[in-house]
Amino acid sequence: MPDQTFLDSTELVINMGPQHPSTHGVLRVILKLDGEKVLGTECIIGYLHRGVEKIAENRTYAQFNPYVDRMDYVAAVSNGLGYCLAVEKILNVEAPPRAQAVRVILTELNRIASHLLWLGTHALDIGAITPVFYCLREREEALKIFEKYCGARLTTHAFRIGGLLYETYDGFEQDIKEFCDMFLPRVDEYEELLTTNRIWVGRLKDVGILSADECKEYGVTGPVLRAAGVKWDVRKAQPYSGYDKYEFDIPTRQNGDTYDRYVVRMQEMRQSVRIMRQAVAAMPEGPIMGKVGKVIKPPVGEAYVSIEAPKGELGYYVVSDGSTQPYRCRVRPPSFVNLQALDRMIRGGLVADVVAVIGTLDIVLGEVDR
Amino acid sequence: MVRLLKKIFLVDLFQGLWVTFRNQNPKYIYTEQYPAERPKVAERYRGAPRLNINPDNGETLCISCNLCALACPEALIVVTSMRNEETKRKELTTFTYDTSRCMFCGLCEDACPVDALELTQDFEMATYTRDGQIWDRQMLEEGPKPTQYKC
Repeated sequence: MPDQTFLDSTELVINMGPQHPSTHGVLRVILKLDGEKVLGTECIIGYLHRGVEKIAENRTYAQFNPYVDRMDYVAAVSNGLGYCLAVEKILNVEAPPRAQAVRVILTELNRIASHLLWLGTHALDIGAITPVFYCLREREEALKIFEKYCGARLTTHAFRIGGLLYETYDGFEQDIKEFCDMFLPRVDEYEELLTTNRIWVGRLKDVGILSADECKEYGVTGPVLRAAGVKWDVRKAQPYSGYDKYEFDIPTRQNGDTYDRYVVRMQEMRQSVRIMRQAVAAMPEGPIMGKVGKVIKPPVGEAYVSIEAPKGELGYYVVSDGSTQPYRCRVRPPSFVNLQALDRMIRGGLVADVVAVIGTLDIVLGEVDR
Repeated sequence: MVRLLKKIFLVDLFQGLWVTFRNQNPKYIYTEQYPAERPKVAERYRGAPRLNINPDNGETLCISCNLCALACPEALIVVTSMRNEETKRKELTTFTYDTSRCMFCGLCEDACPVDALELTQDFEMATYTRDGQIWDRQMLEEGPKPTQYKC
């Protein structure tokens, strides 16, 4: 009989994922546990790696546009906007005012759709099954507007370099207004279900705390940063696409725990509705395409543009060598950067909170692995 | 005191239950009973590709300019043509479209100068074999013929 068997060891290493439903994709987390307590985690990524940045080097500027939709596939419109803005910066053209207004409306609508999917799946991870049905119901309305506008629900390919390809359909403004009117009471409904619910509060309060300093160290952006009390929003800090014309607040909270991140995202959805209402009310007339040739051949140079995607700061760095294809295209995905804070947030916590923390980071593995 | 009473009488939980209770009888049901009830896709929907033919004389509208093949990011369109010696014009011989690699971005449709290639509202493109996903000219002109179920 040996002195020590494996049953005596206190530490246990287990794999979570890559097929775990709560990892929102193909994330694999190796957990080191001592009973219920998490001693450490390690993320293994790359199961969805497609080499998008390398693909960019073999495609023309216009041809690469549909690929960016497939990185953060729940917020495809934001990705398209970031890429188009980066190429427009090298080309030194600006989209006409009408195109900018439509871009703002669609990206804000996409922010709502992305946050709704996050809320539904996050609540599902925690154990509340009802919100996901309501969230997907409202998301359906948003996706219908995308389908009517550009012909696809998810991988939209809505924007083109220099402006827009599609003029808005008849009744677009009416649809947006109806969506805004319909949506605000529905947010109240979700808040009624969750915000004061004792199980929800008990599962989320003081779980996965990330302080403001730690957020800055890790480079974490988006709602995770704002929940820690840092008032940073690229839409306000470096306005793009005419965001300086619209009036909105940056919701912030102080504690930086999972509950605060939930509250910040709920507030953000309300602010998005506010921006959409202003943009629809002041929709300018005019052309929708800037002065861009049929063959896009930017001068030698480079450009970095960052925008506020639903998950955080999304950056596109495009280098041009004067040919029709980008020399290099680098993406700064918010999910990838936010994911590295997972270990700090969960260390010392309970194993049941791992899914809550992964959910609150709002990662999309298509964007993490690219 | 109020908070304690609220906690004892489970106000927060009943509040949530009331929301679910209100939604028991929805006015509009989003779930589609798919094979029986078919979704109405939008006018601009980017679905199965179609090679348009002139309805008057049945000739293809394609002028075999190869612009769609050049625009395609995945290079999945192959157009071949032959020069007609009498009229000195290029005539389309084959047109192959590999739908298994298509991501329905619509760039080919934008590139077409004569609106011959179009992404239509058909969305049922499943086949039993991989080879069936590679559409030839005849398939592109006729479009998919999915089985329609009724109940």
